[in-house]
Amino acid sequence: MLEILTAEQWSPYIAGAGIGVLSWISFAFADKPLGCSTSYLRAFGMIRGTFKKGKREDNPYYEKFVPGIDWQVMLVLGIIIGAFISAWTSGIFAISMVPDMFAVRFGDNALLRALFAAAGGILLGFGARFAGGCTSGHGISGITQMNITSILTVVFMFAGGIATAFVIYGVT
Amino acid sequence: MLSDYHKNRTFQLILGLITGIAFGIFLQKGGVTYYDVILGQLLLTDFTVVKLMVTAILVGMPGVYLLIHLKHAKLHINIGSVSTIVIGGLIFGAGFAVLGLCPGTVAGALGQGSLDAFFGIIGIMLGAGLFALIYPKIKENLLIYKKMSYTTVPEMLGIKPAYLIPVILILGAGFIYVLENLGL
Repeated sequence: MLEILTAEQWSPYIAGAGIGVLSWISFAFADKPLGCSTSYLRAFGMIRGTFKKGKREDNPYYEKFVPGIDWQVMLVLGIIIGAFISAWTSGIFAISMVPDMFAVRFGDNALLRALFAAAGGILLGFGARFAGGCTSGHGISGITQMNITSILTVVFMFAGGIATAFVIYGVT
Repeated sequence: MLSDYHKNRTFQLILGLITGIAFGIFLQKGGVTYYDVILGQLLLTDFTVVKLMVTAILVGMPGVYLLIHLKHAKLHINIGSVSTIVIGGLIFGAGFAVLGLCPGTVAGALGQGSLDAFFGIIGIMLGAGLFALIYPKIKENLLIYKKMSYTTVPEMLGIKPAYLIPVILILGAGFIYVLENLGL
């Protein structure tokens, strides 16, 4: 049992199967598809709310996704904890700032990496809300349900991702 | 009944946390919380992300549809439009490559000590907030431009999911077999 936790990595098929089982649990016990992106909106809404006290909500998007802590916000917090447990128990927890591939391409400037990460995050957060879901909401849960919108959205997500990655790293 | 669980807020919050911890362990052990692995997938040199996603779908689909058949769960279909699919998908994809992580794996990256993920998380919140800002202006026009007319593949084809799922499982297994044989 202990070797499972201390193993540095599992086959992606084992990890993927585990996530498939989590989607059964989520559909049955939470009545929700496994997804992550609305949590960031709810978190942003909560932060925004502290700066505009007393005013009535004026944006219909926050009426649709009420700022607050729900099942999915806890799910995202859980991912942070789970990944920490996973990395720690296998002895690969390490504080880092610049990924290896990024360092080879752009150097190991932490500020440059932070700017890239933030800019990528803005596109990702905006795109996820525009598309109505992310790689887990559309990519895993949506395709699991054979949702046509999700299947097509994932095609464009990967098309955009592949094109951008080749622009960043150049065609070799 | 399971619906009693759905209404129990404390249960839902604890369930969310436990599901998240398991999700985080699977993502980290599966190797997809690393920038290099995600970029490897987008540069088509490392197929870890696709392998993990395809397996999650192939394991998830029969279980979820069985739960629906037994009336222990229901579908959660998000119907989009041509604009949400194309514009939303492409912008998401660009962000996916620039950050090198997605909204789920970025949380896992932070947990394993990759601090650049923190800036990614701040960015995702800002991007989501930015979308909320323009939402009132585009919800009646751009967002519903050419709305999808079908929900699921079985609905579109007019066949029962029970007949389609075995076909998908066979195709999925074949896809994985080909990936492995190509050494990807």
